[in-house]
Amino acid sequence: MDETNIQYNIMEKFRAFFSENKAVLLAGDSPYVEQLKTQAFNHFSAHGFPHTRLEKWRNTDLSNMLKHDFNFPLKQTTFDVDLDEVFRCEVPDFNTRLIPQMNGWFMGTGEQLPNGVIICSLNEAISKYPDIIEKHFGRYADIKDANLTALNTAFFRDGVFIYVPDNVSIEQPMQMVDLVNSGKNIFIQVRNLIVMGKNSSLSLVQCDDSIDNNIGFNNTVTEVYLDENANLDHYKLQNKNNASALTNSAYFHLEKGANLSTNAISLNGGLIRNETQVRLNGQGSHADILGLYLMDHEQHVDNQVFVDHAVAHCTSNELFKGILDDHASGVFNGHILVRPDAQQTNAYQNNKNILISDKAVIDTKPFLEIYADDVKCSHGATVGQLDEDARFYLQSRGISRDNAQMLLMYAFAADIVNKISLTPLRNRIDDLVKKRLRGELSSCEQCVLHCNSKEQKISFEIDMSRI
Amino acid sequence: MYRLNLIQLSVENIFGTMEKENNDILHELTQSEYKYGFYTDIEMDMAPKGLTEDTIRFISARKNEPEWLLEYRLKAFRHWLTMVEPEWAHISYPPIDYQDIIYYAAPKRKKELKSLDEVDPELLETFKKLGISLEEQKRLSGVAVDAVIDSVSVKTTFSETLEKQGIIFCSFSEAVQKVPELVRQYLGTVVPSDDNYFAALNSAVFSDGSFCYIPKGVRCPIELSTYFRINAANTGQFERTLIIGDEGSYVSYMEGCTAPMRDENQLHAAIVEIIALKDAEVKYSTVQNWYPGNKKGEGGVYNFVTKRGICKGTHSKISWTQVETGSAITWKYPSVILMGDHSVGEFYSVAVTNNFQQADTGTKMIHLGKNTRSTIISKGISAGQSNNSYRGLVKMTKRAANSRNFSQCDSLLLGDRCGAHTFPYIKAENKTSIVEHEATTSKISDEQLYYCNQRGISTESAIGLIVNGYAREVLKKLPMEFAVEAQKLLSLSLEGSVG
Amino acid sequence: MLSIKNLRASIEGKEILKGVNLEVRAGEVHAIMGPNGTGKSTLASVIAGRDIFEVEEGEVIFKGKNLIGMPVDERANEGIFLGFQYPVEIPGVSMTNFMRTAINEQRKYRGLDSMPAQEFLNRMEEKKRLLEIHSKLANRSVNEGFSGGEKKKNEIFQMAILDPELAILDETDSGLDIDALKIVAHGVNTLRRPDNAIIVITHYQRLLEYIVPDFVHVLFDGRIVRSGGKELAFELEDKGYEWIKEAQV
Repeated sequence: MDETNIQYNIMEKFRAFFSENKAVLLAGDSPYVEQLKTQAFNHFSAHGFPHTRLEKWRNTDLSNMLKHDFNFPLKQTTFDVDLDEVFRCEVPDFNTRLIPQMNGWFMGTGEQLPNGVIICSLNEAISKYPDIIEKHFGRYADIKDANLTALNTAFFRDGVFIYVPDNVSIEQPMQMVDLVNSGKNIFIQVRNLIVMGKNSSLSLVQCDDSIDNNIGFNNTVTEVYLDENANLDHYKLQNKNNASALTNSAYFHLEKGANLSTNAISLNGGLIRNETQVRLNGQGSHADILGLYLMDHEQHVDNQVFVDHAVAHCTSNELFKGILDDHASGVFNGHILVRPDAQQTNAYQNNKNILISDKAVIDTKPFLEIYADDVKCSHGATVGQLDEDARFYLQSRGISRDNAQMLLMYAFAADIVNKISLTPLRNRIDDLVKKRLRGELSSCEQCVLHCNSKEQKISFEIDMSRI
Repeated sequence: MYRLNLIQLSVENIFGTMEKENNDILHELTQSEYKYGFYTDIEMDMAPKGLTEDTIRFISARKNEPEWLLEYRLKAFRHWLTMVEPEWAHISYPPIDYQDIIYYAAPKRKKELKSLDEVDPELLETFKKLGISLEEQKRLSGVAVDAVIDSVSVKTTFSETLEKQGIIFCSFSEAVQKVPELVRQYLGTVVPSDDNYFAALNSAVFSDGSFCYIPKGVRCPIELSTYFRINAANTGQFERTLIIGDEGSYVSYMEGCTAPMRDENQLHAAIVEIIALKDAEVKYSTVQNWYPGNKKGEGGVYNFVTKRGICKGTHSKISWTQVETGSAITWKYPSVILMGDHSVGEFYSVAVTNNFQQADTGTKMIHLGKNTRSTIISKGISAGQSNNSYRGLVKMTKRAANSRNFSQCDSLLLGDRCGAHTFPYIKAENKTSIVEHEATTSKISDEQLYYCNQRGISTESAIGLIVNGYAREVLKKLPMEFAVEAQKLLSLSLEGSVG
Repeated sequence: MLSIKNLRASIEGKEILKGVNLEVRAGEVHAIMGPNGTGKSTLASVIAGRDIFEVEEGEVIFKGKNLIGMPVDERANEGIFLGFQYPVEIPGVSMTNFMRTAINEQRKYRGLDSMPAQEFLNRMEEKKRLLEIHSKLANRSVNEGFSGGEKKKNEIFQMAILDPELAILDETDSGLDIDALKIVAHGVNTLRRPDNAIIVITHYQRLLEYIVPDFVHVLFDGRIVRSGGKELAFELEDKGYEWIKEAQV
């Protein structure tokens, strides 16, 4: 069966599915959301799934994934698992406010929080807070920008809504954990909306995990609005099973003086595609966009980063690092756009890769598009190996070749890990990276934060800066 | 400008050149129009407008070509009909009407020209205006010039001298008659006739160009140079260049281009193929100064060119150096396929765009052999409302163990209405190769201008000075006399870009 | 030669020079001293014509011509040279090409033909010897990769080549070790003639031991608050700038 046929069949299914279940799909939606969904469906219907002839998809092929038969859950199912147990976070001292999601559905209680902070299901928000929804929902994730975003907008059933009012700083980090567990192959559309008021601040960890071995396709779209001087510290942790696909698109919109740090850490997953779009829409806003990917076996990771310098005096800093082993493949596609009149822009973009095996492949394209002259923009990309001199140095100090290699990989990754500002999380990620480098996480199909594998004796406590 | 004495490295001589250069820059800065934009009234032999198999048969017959070449052309044409124009480049232009172009235009000749005296005086005058007097070339310089006006090579000088060493340097049509087996062996081996839309078009309708063969172990003692010029209205220029460096040979080859000013756009779709066998080195330099259009963006040459070399043998080397100042649209990616182990590919480029020019240019370095090396230095300069893109691919295949690439792609923006873009594609498939890409974007700082002003240097001169300095890394790769012209062109084409 | 009257200048609305008066005649060396941030460098920049400063009031007359509103390069070609405190790097532009362009623009301004290559080369060599520059300066890019000391030497080297009528040396001594300082001072002293003038801007008295000024001025809070002979410099050295500040209060 060739690609067009797959497209055709699957598209037919989607069209039928949409029209047959329109009532359910649009249930409870406001006219605004309903209209958006219809537009999104029309767009998706006309354009279909992304394919490798599209510039942004040339190195990530969804067609194998789309050959599978999927279930599209329309309603929240009940589970016989003990939710408390499943979602219990094992990061020591990591005191977070847990926001559980199962197959995309919000599983929390929607309790009242002090200072007017809202955490609830997106469905609930659509009916309860129509003003906020209309102002922000669908305003940043342009359905015309990406077919998967259109798909998500047309078919999403639920997700998380977080609202932080003006001048509210939330001390306790929030942790969204989305587990995929259904006992069968499922294709889910998760939609989240986070709205941060002026001068507010928040730390948010978004965890994507699978807890069974079924094939899951999780297409998540998260929209984040940062009003003036809002401050968001955001993390994506991805540890999925090798049969899964995760397309995670995050759209950040920053107003004047807002500050974003987002960090995508991909440790495991069959196919991961992170789409990160940042619009610097107000002067003085700043974004740090970081990422780390450690892939092996047949895993594929794709980071697409678009930073839109729409106004003057904004800064952005992008650094993605990856280690690819076995048959793993990686893609980095960075795009910085400096619009006319976005003077005094300072933008930096870098992607560094290490290939451990001759079967691993990396495609990287750091792309600059600049229409203003008074700017400082630079980018770089490297593909290489571990520093042989450093390895030799370590070996000359009696460290085995394998350990030396491990240490150097760890040092390479530490650049990103060290930028995690939540200390318990940083320590835990640090642990996970070590485990990952030892090859212990590949087989672990549990949540990142439930990993119980034993420590092995490799000392990572050498100060690499002294080498 | 083309009085290319062999390079003499005494200090005085360098200064002599420099003095000339500075004076000329100053002098020419006061002029504001494209200085090569005259039109020569030469009687032309033309094909009727439009493109059909008949046009191709016409071209082939006029050139008395063997059957296989006609077939090659027809095959390319039939394939071209099935293709669509590429749209991926960061350029935009109104659709080209391929039926509104004259595909063959040659100065009328009554008989074979035996000496320069027989060349049409009008034509000789053209060359004088261009600064290349064939007579003087022949007598004074050590450079052989193959001058191509529109589609036909008019006169090759010095070829007899070269022939003594077994070097063949002649027009492409001549080569088809003289060494058909060599042409047949290599034509289309680097750029297949179905490679891309414009390559297919060229393969169908190419009219002339240059051919160069350097035999085994021969170091070509002089710089070989071809000068291209589009003259007639509504003509396209589709030249074809084939350079073969046999084992252990060396050649430095230069190409210059101009076109008259015309309101309509002229199409230029050339192919250059280079084959470097074992231990051979081919250095190819271009100063491209096709008419860029006027300040409103009207007219100018559409330059869609496929240039590719293959380092076929071990330890072979191909080096592209280009200074691109002309054309309304430039679509050009001189590439190297590094097939032989230990082969080396280089790409040095300065691309300047001003007013409404659009350039999408760069290179591809395809590493196939082990221990291969490639270097990419690209300097883009954008002014006015122009757009200037670097687009490059570096590919390390599985076999290309221990290979290296280093790329440096810098952009300089003059003014806030222009765009500078960088699209570097990197694909690595083995664990022992190293690829490094760096890029920066900058502008000329107020501090630099102030510093120059304080030394009595006017802003216009200062920009010329700084831009040439910015491009120096590339300019120094050019043969000396070419470098001088290139420097002038850089300043000229940026004229009036900063208020 | 230079006559500054009631010069007031500001940057981004902030007034820096608040009424400076200064007379410099041919053959004189003036030193302008004062604590940091009192407007010394601003004064130099305003004379040179830096457009980030707004001249609010007053006049700057050089050889009978009003400089206000005259472009920077024209002032330079009239014979004003500024030795920069922080010389900027110009990558890729060789010193030779830079100086040659400058000297020929100057000659063109004065209605002269370009300087012949050999004469120019000889001048380069001569001035290199004067400043004890041994490196292959000619091929190096303007100030690129130069050490702090080399940059300052290079400023005086350029002054020697361009042979200005009025040279303003802005903190030329900062970043120089004692040997380099002596060389620079020797260079400046050699260039001293009855028909030219030099303004030395410095924070320390040290340089003035080697370039002996005819007049010393103290600039404080945008005004020249004291003027005197070279002994004023020694007095400042002894008593420090606090003394001036106190005197002001």
